[in-house]
Amino acid sequence: MGDLIYLIILIGIGYSVGTMVEKRHYKRIEQREAELLCLPAVSAKNLLEEKPVGEARLVYGNAVISTDYFKSLLAGLRNLVGGEVSAFESLLDRARREAVLRMKAQARGADIILNLRIETCQITMTGSVEALAYGTAVYYKK
Amino acid sequence: MMFTNVETIPGKKIIEHFGLVCGSTVRAKNAFKDIGAGLKNIVGGELKSYTALMDESRRQAIERMEQQAQQLGANAIINVRFSTSAISQGAAELYVYGTAVRVE
Repeated sequence: MGDLIYLIILIGIGYSVGTMVEKRHYKRIEQREAELLCLPAVSAKNLLEEKPVGEARLVYGNAVISTDYFKSLLAGLRNLVGGEVSAFESLLDRARREAVLRMKAQARGADIILNLRIETCQITMTGSVEALAYGTAVYYKK
Repeated sequence: MMFTNVETIPGKKIIEHFGLVCGSTVRAKNAFKDIGAGLKNIVGGELKSYTALMDESRRQAIERMEQQAQQLGANAIINVRFSTSAISQGAAELYVYGTAVRVE
């Protein structure tokens, strides 16, 4: 009985705080994405415009995001019947977008980021993932 | 040392290739930090200590690659790729590789 109450409390905290944390994070992501819209990050390897390049360097950013208890339980249930696990989709989406934003923050003042690559890795077994975004920041000659 | 992850260095001319250089590091996480991360698993959100750990380890891997390239006499590394693999519960390998070149 005690275990059950403990579990329900955990789920309750996970659901309420987890949802709040996720909403706040998405709000921050969207705000920063809007700010950095002037710096395009593309997966192309070559520059579209023939402009003299002043500097080019590697930039990268990473983020480790963990899921909440409620969602990992939901995903566990999903494993029984199969199908789309939307609980984890938002987790990966947040990690990738955060990583891209951090990469862009490293490339302040650049004109374009070429060859953007995003990589993910599971670092604990309990539902936390790392996303790494990297690319080549190009500064045109002014 | 210059790094890019495209086949060239935009705006520079490559005059010599030295072949593959790489750097790697295997890191385990701190058990005490893991307690905090365990709590974070209930409410979700970013695990800042892990983000910092991965970042620091990746920098070390890059440093090792850079040393290798310097020994070869290169002044830039092109086509840099990162790779991460979890090799056991709580330990991860961070691997970085690229092609050492000399540019004008």
